[in-house]
Amino acid sequence: MNLLVILPILIPLAAGALSLLGRHSQRVQAALAVIGSVTLVASAVALLLATWEQGHIVSELGRWPAPFGIVLVSDLLAAIMVLLSAITGAATAFYSLGSISIAHRKGGYFPLMHLLLAGVNGAFLTGDIFNLYVWFEVMLVASFSLLILGGERAQMEGAIKYVTLNLVSSALFLSAVGLLYGLVGTLNMADIAVKLKEVDSGMTTVIAMLFMVAFGIKAAAFPFFFWLPASYHTPQVAVSALFAGLLTKVGVYALFRVFTLIFGMDDPLIRQVLLWGAGLTMVTGVLGAAAQFEFRRILSFHIVSQIGYMMMGLALASVSVLALAGGIFYIIHHIIVKANLFFVSGLVYRLRGSYELKQLGGLYRDKPWLALLFLIPALSLAGMPPLSGFFGKFIVIRGGVEAGAWALVAAALVVGLLTLYSMTKIWAEVFWKAAPENTPPAASGSNTLLYATVTGLALITVAIGLGAQPVLVLSQAAAEQLLDPSLYITAVLGEAP
Amino acid sequence: MTSLMALVVGVLYAAAIYMMLRRSIVKLVIGLVLLSNAANLLIFTAAGLRRDAPPLVPDDAQMPAGLVADPLAQALILTAIVIGFGVLAFAVVLIRRAYEVVEADDMHQMRDTDT
Repeated sequence: MNLLVILPILIPLAAGALSLLGRHSQRVQAALAVIGSVTLVASAVALLLATWEQGHIVSELGRWPAPFGIVLVSDLLAAIMVLLSAITGAATAFYSLGSISIAHRKGGYFPLMHLLLAGVNGAFLTGDIFNLYVWFEVMLVASFSLLILGGERAQMEGAIKYVTLNLVSSALFLSAVGLLYGLVGTLNMADIAVKLKEVDSGMTTVIAMLFMVAFGIKAAAFPFFFWLPASYHTPQVAVSALFAGLLTKVGVYALFRVFTLIFGMDDPLIRQVLLWGAGLTMVTGVLGAAAQFEFRRILSFHIVSQIGYMMMGLALASVSVLALAGGIFYIIHHIIVKANLFFVSGLVYRLRGSYELKQLGGLYRDKPWLALLFLIPALSLAGMPPLSGFFGKFIVIRGGVEAGAWALVAAALVVGLLTLYSMTKIWAEVFWKAAPENTPPAASGSNTLLYATVTGLALITVAIGLGAQPVLVLSQAAAEQLLDPSLYITAVLGEAP
Repeated sequence: MTSLMALVVGVLYAAAIYMMLRRSIVKLVIGLVLLSNAANLLIFTAAGLRRDAPPLVPDDAQMPAGLVADPLAQALILTAIVIGFGVLAFAVVLIRRAYEVVEADDMHQMRDTDT
């Protein structure tokens, strides 16, 4: 038992359970939100530092030795993801304290938020493929309930699509796990990786494709992305931000894990599918965004488009370590920036009462600081130096050049330009142009917590940009670990494969 | 036996997808129910069917004698059934609420958030 690996799951679970017990007291819930999220960040930092030193940290639950029991495994990618989820969770907790109404809190907002984080961290840390399915479901159930909290019509319509597509994806995932178990007779991911090499069967490709579709739906990759822009703009903005930061990235993480550890990227079919998927995801996402005039819908489509860059990193992994490192760097940058943009859209809504670009305007004159706080993540998303997004795109594209994937490199560059177009559209409409007549007066009430959250995340973005070298070293180390599955297998099974 | 089960699983998947393509949200949920059952039966079949051989260890032995049915696949299905039950209960409540606010059992009238 290694406590460090379990804490990132235990802390939000405990905070969620206690928060549920204390649901009648606002003070208890607020205190738990702060304590839970801050300790989670602390434990995630400790886990990352320990993983950096030791390489892989494995914990066998219930002392059942692998491959019979369930193991939790922390490698660098998992530890990075846990830290990002903890940061997003903390930001969401603070933002929620300033923005979620009493009615929503009574509906169980905070317990659900904690449970969602527990599910996400569990999915990152587990080393057992069926356990991964279980954590996915924990995360999904919490996200379903968060999505419909408030019960407005748009939320219901969005939720039906979100729930259906995610359940279909879960069923496909489960089918793939069942077939894989029938083929190799084990569920431990390291053990599967070993045994699958000895199996020569056409089923392997079928199972790989089932995983690809199942995780592709979760990651909102082309052509399975349409549930995302139909639902992410409907809930409370803090919920949107949490989802935008974390949920699709769990799908991306699962793709990274399964297609480096279990299936490997040597299969030309898998590589081709991922390459096309990456390119089309980027392009459709950004074109979808260009047609939108609602703040959060534009951002939602950009999530889709950015998933393409991460998939591009994975698709080129077998030819260029740098591309995979770029993909991981991109995830780090993207989670922080995307959550922050949603938070900014929430602040704009607080001030003006609308998400429609047509009804907004003049915020640069009224709130210059907010305009600056929007510009940092927006330009970072578009890939302006010296912000984090520039380095993310630069490394992925550099990897693409190394691999000679010219079409994909061209697509990535054009999509970057179109992202800039989308961001300048928001800038011009929301901040620059004169406010339309009959603009409602700013809502009263303190927004200090909201500004503090947005500022904090913006500072992290700037820090990733200015300190890109250490982050790149980290991403590269994580990528090298991923590309040498024998490290993972030895750490889990305790012997050379 | 395996081919019969394979046929059943295939029909269940087909029926599930057919139901989910209908406009009615009630049929959509029925489709989801069928889909989760199809996946469960698939695990059951893929893990290998073995009749009349419960995985019991005799008193004086360390392991069961001869080949026995795989208990792990059944444990997986049990877990999946419980999860599926919870999720589908949520889906049923969701379509009820959706029916109340939209006042229609029709996906085509739920397109406000698409454009």
